[in-house]
Formats: sequence, C-alpha cells, structure tokens
Amino acid sequence: MLSHLNLEATELRLGLPGSIDDVPSNNKRPSPEDHQTPPAPKAQIVGWPPVKSYRKSTAAAKNEEAESGMYVKVSMDGAPYLRKIDIRLYNGYSHLLTALEDMFKLSIGEYSEREGYKGSEYAPAYEDKDGDLMLVGDVPWEMFMSSCKRLRIMRGADARGLASAQ
Amino acid sequence: MAYSFPEEVLEHVFSFLSLARDRNAVSLVCKSWYEIERWCRHRIFVGNCYAVSPEIVIRRFPELRAVEMKGKPHFADFNLVPEGWGAYAYPWIAAMAEAYPFLEEIKLKRMVVTDESLELISKSYKNFKVLVLTSCEGFTTDGLASIAANCRHLRELDLRESEVEDLSGHWLSHFPDSCTSLVSLNMSCLGSEVSFSSLERLVARSPNLRTLRLNRAVPLEKLANLVRHAPQLVELGTGAYSSEIRSDTFSSLADAFSACKQLKALSGFWDVVPSYLPAVYSVCSGITSLNLSYAAIPSSDLVKLISQCQNLQRLWVLDYIEDSGLEALAASCKDLQELRVFPSDPFGAEPNVSLTEQGLVSVSEGCPKLESVLYFCRQMSNAALIAIARNRPNFIRFRLCIIEPQAADYLTLEPLDAGFGAIVENCKELRRLSMSGLLTDRVFKYIGTHAKKLEMLSIAFAGESDLGLHHVLSGCDSLRKLEIRDCPFGDKAVLANAAKLDTMRSLWMSSCSVSFGACKLLAQKMPRLNVEVIDERGPPDSRPESCVVERVYVYRTVASRQRLDMPDFVWTLDEDSSMRYS
Repeated sequence: MLSHLNLEATELRLGLPGSIDDVPSNNKRPSPEDHQTPPAPKAQIVGWPPVKSYRKSTAAAKNEEAESGMYVKVSMDGAPYLRKIDIRLYNGYSHLLTALEDMFKLSIGEYSEREGYKGSEYAPAYEDKDGDLMLVGDVPWEMFMSSCKRLRIMRGADARGLASAQ
Repeated sequence: MAYSFPEEVLEHVFSFLSLARDRNAVSLVCKSWYEIERWCRHRIFVGNCYAVSPEIVIRRFPELRAVEMKGKPHFADFNLVPEGWGAYAYPWIAAMAEAYPFLEEIKLKRMVVTDESLELISKSYKNFKVLVLTSCEGFTTDGLASIAANCRHLRELDLRESEVEDLSGHWLSHFPDSCTSLVSLNMSCLGSEVSFSSLERLVARSPNLRTLRLNRAVPLEKLANLVRHAPQLVELGTGAYSSEIRSDTFSSLADAFSACKQLKALSGFWDVVPSYLPAVYSVCSGITSLNLSYAAIPSSDLVKLISQCQNLQRLWVLDYIEDSGLEALAASCKDLQELRVFPSDPFGAEPNVSLTEQGLVSVSEGCPKLESVLYFCRQMSNAALIAIARNRPNFIRFRLCIIEPQAADYLTLEPLDAGFGAIVENCKELRRLSMSGLLTDRVFKYIGTHAKKLEMLSIAFAGESDLGLHHVLSGCDSLRKLEIRDCPFGDKAVLANAAKLDTMRSLWMSSCSVSFGACKLLAQKMPRLNVEVIDERGPPDSRPESCVVERVYVYRTVASRQRLDMPDFVWTLDEDSSMRYS
C-alpha cells in the first residue's frame, strides 16, 4: 500500500478544490474515502483480518485502484504530446468534460443522445475494453469508468462523423 | 464355544454402514470383524495427511474407491504457514495409483498438487469419476488438460478456491466429444478465458450436468447461451455479471433463467451491474443458496434480490449489505440457516460501510433457524453478543471477526468476555467458535466450563496467561482442533495438558510463548504426537532452550515423526531426542 507516501500531495490534479462529493449515478456505490485527508496508515499484521487471499484480491484491487487512481491517457488530435488523468477524480461526465476543456483549451459543448456533441469541432471519444472507439457520454458513468481504457479528443470531420453517427 | 457368522453376511451387514465412525467402531469388536471390515471399506477420510502414511492406509484398506484428505492446517489460509511446509499430494497419488486401480474419487483440501500428480491420476484409474481440489495449489492448467483428456467417465471436476497457475484456457477443449458424463464443473477460481464454443459444446452434451460454476472471464452476454443448454442445472455460478445495458441481452438472459426449474444455488456475480439482477427473479423463489460475496453493489440492490428469495437457507454477502440490508434479510428469509458477511475493505482504517453489530442482532432475532455465522465487522458489544446468544441458542458455528485486534466493547470499553461467555453458555450445541476483540482469561474459563460440544476453536490476540489455555484444554471435552495466534500462552498449559493433545487432531500455536525446551519435553513425553517447530530463524538449538519458538504445530500420528518432506525451517524430535530436520 502506498498511502504512507501521501502521493495526493504531489499529484497534478484537475479536480475542483475541496473534497470529492458522493456520486449520484445509476450504480450507486458507497461513498469513496475523502481523498484530501487519507486516514493514518496502519501496520499490516500478517494474516489479519483472516480473509483468504482470493477474497483479498477483490478488495485489495479496489483499494489499489483507490490509491493509485485509474489513470488513462488522453490524446488530442494534433497535439504534440498526450496527457494522463485519473478518471476516478471526477463526479461524472460534465465534470470530466469541463476538465478536458480546461486542459486542452478548447470547447466541447453539450452532449445529446441523438446528436452527440453537435455544434462543437471536438468530440470526446474513448477506447473501451474491446478496443472499440466510443463516444463519451452514452453509458452510465460507472460503466464508463470501468470500461474506458484511453481517451481521445477528436476534431474535424472524424469528430463530426463519430458524433452524428450515434 | 466358537461359532462364526458367514463372512458374506457380515460384509452385507457392514455395507449399510457409511459413517467412518461406525465402521471404526465395528473394526474394534474383534479381529475377524476388523479383517472383514477392512476388506469392504471403500471410502476413507484422512483429516491430516501426516497422521498416517500411504503404506499404512494401503496395507489396511486394499479396496478403496474414494479418498478424501486434508493437508495444511487451517491458518495456512491466512499465510501463517510458510511456503514449502509440506502437504504434498504426490506421494499419496503415486502409492494409490499402484494399489487402487479402481479408485474413483479423490478429494483434497489444502494440499500441494502438481501437474505430475494430475497426469498420474488421469492415467492410472480407468474408472475415475470425481476430483475435488479445495484450496489446493501447485498445479497449472496443463494438469487440468490431462484430467480433461484422459478421464473418460469424469463426473466431477471441482477446483473450489484453488490457486491454479493459469497458462491458458485451452485445457477445457481437451474434453473429448465422447465425454458426456459431467455432473459438476467448478472452474470459478480460474483467471483466463476458455474457448467459449468448447464450453458451450461441453455443456450441451452433458445431460447430467447439475453444477456449473463459471469463472469471471465468461461474459454475461454468453451466459444465456450456456444456461439454455442446461435447464436442468441445480447450481449455477455466473461469470462477470456486467455488460452494457441492452434490452435484448436482458430478455435473453431472463428467458434462459426462467427455463431453469431446478435451480437452487447461485454464485459468481463478479462486477455486478444491478440492472441485470432482475434477470434471475424467476428462479428466486426456489433458491436456497446465494453467494454474493463478490458483488460490490449497494445494499438497496442486494436487498431487492434477496427479498425475492423467500426460501433462502444460505447467504454469503459483502458488508455492503449494511445493517439495513440485514434487517430486510431477517424480515424476508425465515428459513435462513447460514450467513457469512465478508469485509469489502478489510485493510482500510476507517469503516466504509454502515455495518455494525446491529445487523447480526437483527438476523439472530428474525431468523429462527440460523445456526451458522461468519461475520466481519468493526465494532461489537457484550450487550449485542448476549442478545444474539439468547436469541439463537441453536448456533452450531459462530465465527466473529472484529477487524481491529483486541477491540473492546465499544459501549463500555470492557473486554468481550461476557459476550462470548453468553454464546458458549446458551449455545449448547456449538461445534465451532472463532473469537476476536479484547478478551481476558475469563472468557476461556467460560469456554472450558460450558463449551462441551466444541470441536474447533480459533483464538487470536486474546488471553492474559497460561490459565486461559489451560481452561480450554482441560474443559473442552470434544475439542479436536485448536488454533491460536498471538496469545500469551506458553509452556505450563501445554505441558500440563499433554495427554489431551493425544485426543485431538491438532494444535497450532504461532507467535505465542511456547519455548523450544517445552516442545522437546512434549515430544519426549508423548511419543504419538508429532511436535513440529516451524521457525524461520535457523536451528532452534542454536538458541537457549527457554527461547520462544515462532510456531509450533502438534498433531497425533501413527506415521513416522520424521516426515521425509520437511523443509529446512521445520524441526521435529528424532530417536535420540534431539531436534533434527531431514
């Protein structure tokens, strides 16, 4: 566990200042721990609590995700280098998109199910677990978080094609 | 006067005795009964693979068809037994391959099984039917491929909770097209994806399939296809239970389930998307066993499913269910017999869910048949335990893990002696108890006084002195297995109760206060006990005898006390009364 290194203090973040609120979404999850003040780390005792290793890995994997974040690469068509963001830091799509607009100095506009991000030159897309390029915003936020492997901000004709094809 | 009953008649009479206990009693009557019985015993259970040797078993029972065996002590599940300690299956498999060509069943728990062993099994027994490997390790999917390919009449392949090195999913495709005998397949512990079409064809050609437990890699979209091929299933473990929400996937799944009129048990449910849970509603009224211990979903979604299962007898769930969910459980599932609540975040410092002692109190109040509990929580009180004990005097198994070691009663800050005392006093049929929290010697006095049917006791971070251990060893008449970690119990209690250890299967003590000298003394005093000093700091006789050992594992045995497979961190007494390792 890396909690004792207090990585939060040195992370570059796009989140709003203050603690991350509860996420109201289709898959209502228990509230995440307050990232701003991680609890004091405990010395781990061998074999305690008595949880079998295969159960630990489901819980530990979740913990590791919470500790190290779910970082995905973000590319923008035409930009010289990629960025990386921790999508767990965001409440939902509007929060994420605002952050992306900020990061890349562009305007993405509003999502509509029928028309995608019409009216904008850019469309936020992501690569899912199957390797397919998907438009950001179609699936519930929780599902997006677990299936998003990388983000791509598309521009120009491709973007319009992707957006209006939805 | 000598008259004898014809052997065949006796054999026929004995054939009605299935319990080992009864057959053991029969074999003690006289020499001829011993002889007749041993020739017609077909099934044995060896609770500790080192309590006896393959040669002894084979010599006594020449006609075995089914062997069940356990290896490592229970605390191995929590990494308290160092890697390489032992419990190798190969010597048994090799010896039995020669002696029992008609062997049909092998069931192993906490043993090290290699691919070599699996291959030997697959090639040695023409009529091999059942392989169950519980919490085993040491083999890869290649070993499974041998079993699949060569066991023509295989009925059960159950890998529950084993650690398998997953080289590929290809092993499943080794089942020949002619194999149609499968009754039970449990591959839930495997990581990699098997060929779905092989799996589908296998299921489709197995009309007797009753139990199918898939692994996480089988996607939800494919589940309906499988279920459709096996509407006769009694137990189903899903794969990952998540998918993009699509109405055709949902209706396909719901339809497939509705055809399963015999389904009694559901498990799996990794990565659950709650919207898909209603697909199983049609079978819920028949469900008696539900394992949701991988389903990380909120209480409200859990409750919606559970409240459909009015006939539920067994529930395994994560603490996401919270007190409110357990209250709902208590209201809807009046037939509940077993409840296990696992921690979603066992290593987190702060509680992440609202699950307290209250949940257990609710269930103990509302479920009159509840007899078996495993409960992880972060706070407990004597008052709650006393209430639980009074509500449910019918408990057989009570395992409570308060996550913080030595946690006191959170209301009064007292030890939890009175609470656990109430449990053993009220629950007169209690066979298994695991305790946690702040406990003094007093609780052990209660246990020694009241827990007369107790067979297995697990203690951690408890007690104050040897008196505690003495109460248990001298008072618990039915005790078979005692496992202790991090308690201030030492030489006096162990040596004073040496004879008791002969009546038990085993005693495990780690991070306690037992000295090397006491271990030697015990081994000298009790020739039929194997006293294993398990210490990774080097030879115990390089330190003073009064030095405390890291771990000691004592078990009764009729085999040699110098097992040939001891690693270099295990010491036992040899013939010249010095501690040696082989």
